[in-house]
Amino acid sequence: MHNRVSGQDNLVSVRDLTFSRGNKKIFDDISLDFQRGKVTAIMGPSGTGKTTMLKLIGGQLFPDKGSVFVDGQNVHKLRRADLYNLRKRLGMLFQSGALLTDMSVFDNVAFPLREHTQLTESMIRTLVLMKLQAVGLRGASQLMPNELSGGMARRVALARAIALDPMMIMYDEPFTGQDPISMGVLVHLIKSLNNILGLTSIIVSHDVHDTMAIADYIYVLSGGKIVGQGSPKEIQESDSEWVQQFMTGAADGPVHFHYPAKDYIDDLMSSGKRY
Amino acid sequence: MQHTRNQDTLVGLLVASGIAGLFFLAMHVSNLSSFSDEDSYTITAKFENSGGLKVKSPVSAAGVKIGKVTSISFDPKTYKSVVQLSINSKYSTLPDDTTASVFTAGLLGEQYVNLEPGGSETYLKKGGEIEITQSAIILEKAIGQFLFKSAAEEKK
Amino acid sequence: MDFIEGLGASTRISFNKLGRGTHFLVQTISGIMSVLLRPRLLTKQLYSVGVMSFLIITISGLFVGMVLGLQGYYTLSDFGAEETLGVMVAASLVRELGPVVSALLFAGRAGSALTAEIGLMKATEQLSGMEMMAIDPIKRIITPRFLAGLISMPLLAGIFSAVGIIGGQIVGSGLLGVDEGAYWSQMQASIDFYDDIVNGVIKSIVFGFVTSWIALFEGYDAIPTSEGVSRATTRTVVNSAFTILGLDFILTALMFGDH
Repeated sequence: MHNRVSGQDNLVSVRDLTFSRGNKKIFDDISLDFQRGKVTAIMGPSGTGKTTMLKLIGGQLFPDKGSVFVDGQNVHKLRRADLYNLRKRLGMLFQSGALLTDMSVFDNVAFPLREHTQLTESMIRTLVLMKLQAVGLRGASQLMPNELSGGMARRVALARAIALDPMMIMYDEPFTGQDPISMGVLVHLIKSLNNILGLTSIIVSHDVHDTMAIADYIYVLSGGKIVGQGSPKEIQESDSEWVQQFMTGAADGPVHFHYPAKDYIDDLMSSGKRY
Repeated sequence: MQHTRNQDTLVGLLVASGIAGLFFLAMHVSNLSSFSDEDSYTITAKFENSGGLKVKSPVSAAGVKIGKVTSISFDPKTYKSVVQLSINSKYSTLPDDTTASVFTAGLLGEQYVNLEPGGSETYLKKGGEIEITQSAIILEKAIGQFLFKSAAEEKK
Repeated sequence: MDFIEGLGASTRISFNKLGRGTHFLVQTISGIMSVLLRPRLLTKQLYSVGVMSFLIITISGLFVGMVLGLQGYYTLSDFGAEETLGVMVAASLVRELGPVVSALLFAGRAGSALTAEIGLMKATEQLSGMEMMAIDPIKRIITPRFLAGLISMPLLAGIFSAVGIIGGQIVGSGLLGVDEGAYWSQMQASIDFYDDIVNGVIKSIVFGFVTSWIALFEGYDAIPTSEGVSRATTRTVVNSAFTILGLDFILTALMFGDH
């Protein structure tokens, strides 16, 4: 259907993007491409604005400069109704799951279907059970979100994200704080959803090991710039200090262990006056 | 589903009791129920002095409220206070020699118009005028008269 | 200099907040049509906003009315005017205490809960998640709650006044021996439907409007942390109380000023 051979078939492309929060530049004139049908990962230390990138792609935040194209449309130039139509075709998995706490698991997954379609209740039921079956939680359909473990909540959120059969899913830190078993389950789910449904996936993560296992292409961000990119193999063999520090998890390197501060001895000896 | 039905019932109860409360205020607390304008007729009474009478002051006969004051104006020709009374149509048999007086309910209470029916065979018509009126008693005047009278008696 | 600068900065911040609040209100109101087409969203909120406030409003109304009956009786009996007790109780409830006290209770009971709920939905990314599902959180979450507040407030104020007047009658004629007929007939003679009842209802609609607006906006605008939400909740109660009392003064001056 789509031309997946040429590297030019990008579902999402970010061009010359600059974004700052207060005086801090989160992104400094960077460009990224996300190929259709592939799993692309954005990696980097915490606080490099990986989640911000997803919100820029989803049109929830506006860049200072540059543009984001999703499926050929400039996200930040769209009218509100068009943006909402585009979002119906995007799924996003939040770090916390972002389930609606006043509804059962079933109603959470049914929520986008009930809001956006005119399907009958019996069709919705069938669809919801299919989506829950796909993430292995059909048996939990009557539980409330506060009765779920973190990993289960994320799987329910994943079922909800695929409810409208989107063309792309963005995963925000899907592996954070998971035990090895649910981590394995999620890795397997992301990979198989991508292959079976032909989805495009963007994963934001700082979990080196598992991301390497499923990503087709990786961007490593640090300090608002792209410090490394390529296939997992290329990244592993990269000679960039930044990338190596991140991959091996060294405490100090180009990314310093210490938050910028004035001289340690001076600070200890000073009067302690607040400023 | 049971849950939503319970919710609906309780919301229904809230709305019903809210409306019942407002209805109670309208019909039982305020003057809305007493009578409305369409089934009433207007008569006029001219007083030398209508005192503290106000628009909406009650009009009663034998202690029963039968109407209200709808307007009070000063007639520049006769120098009298012209008071329009709206009387409930149920009480259409007031004789034409009815006396209208401005009374006070209690010592400090509201002033109202009291109608004292006379013995005439003919009734007051719509738009008719009450001929015999008695002005409001002005407290200061009454006290003044009393003092003057007792002073005059002492001199004798 | 610092003082002037601080004053300027807080003026700028206040205007900025007012602007955001107004924008929020316009968006909220523009969602009313779509909520009316899905009344189930509204009944759910009428339940959690209105029904949940019913008990506190009814009980407070009863006691406020009883206290008015007691205090009014002692004051009025000094002048031998006990039979006007009904007028006093009804006029103070219908014009002032009904709308104002029930709005203050409403802000404390329902307003704070709304702020906390919306603030926590924001903190747990539920609102953001909804936006990414192409569902407008203002239309789906905020507008039904706003409408529910707007509808509940006059109903609750009506219940408060009605129960209070009955409470005044229980104390006045039940315990203190004011003639029951005088209680009601004096009341009916003095309380005017348009001047008193309708104006009281208008007041409560205005209070319901501003209280719901403040509560929802504070939640929506809260800093999405536990501290931010707790502060926003406090602000809802404090700001609602100030606004209700301030507006009450203005409305009273406009409505009853020419008497």
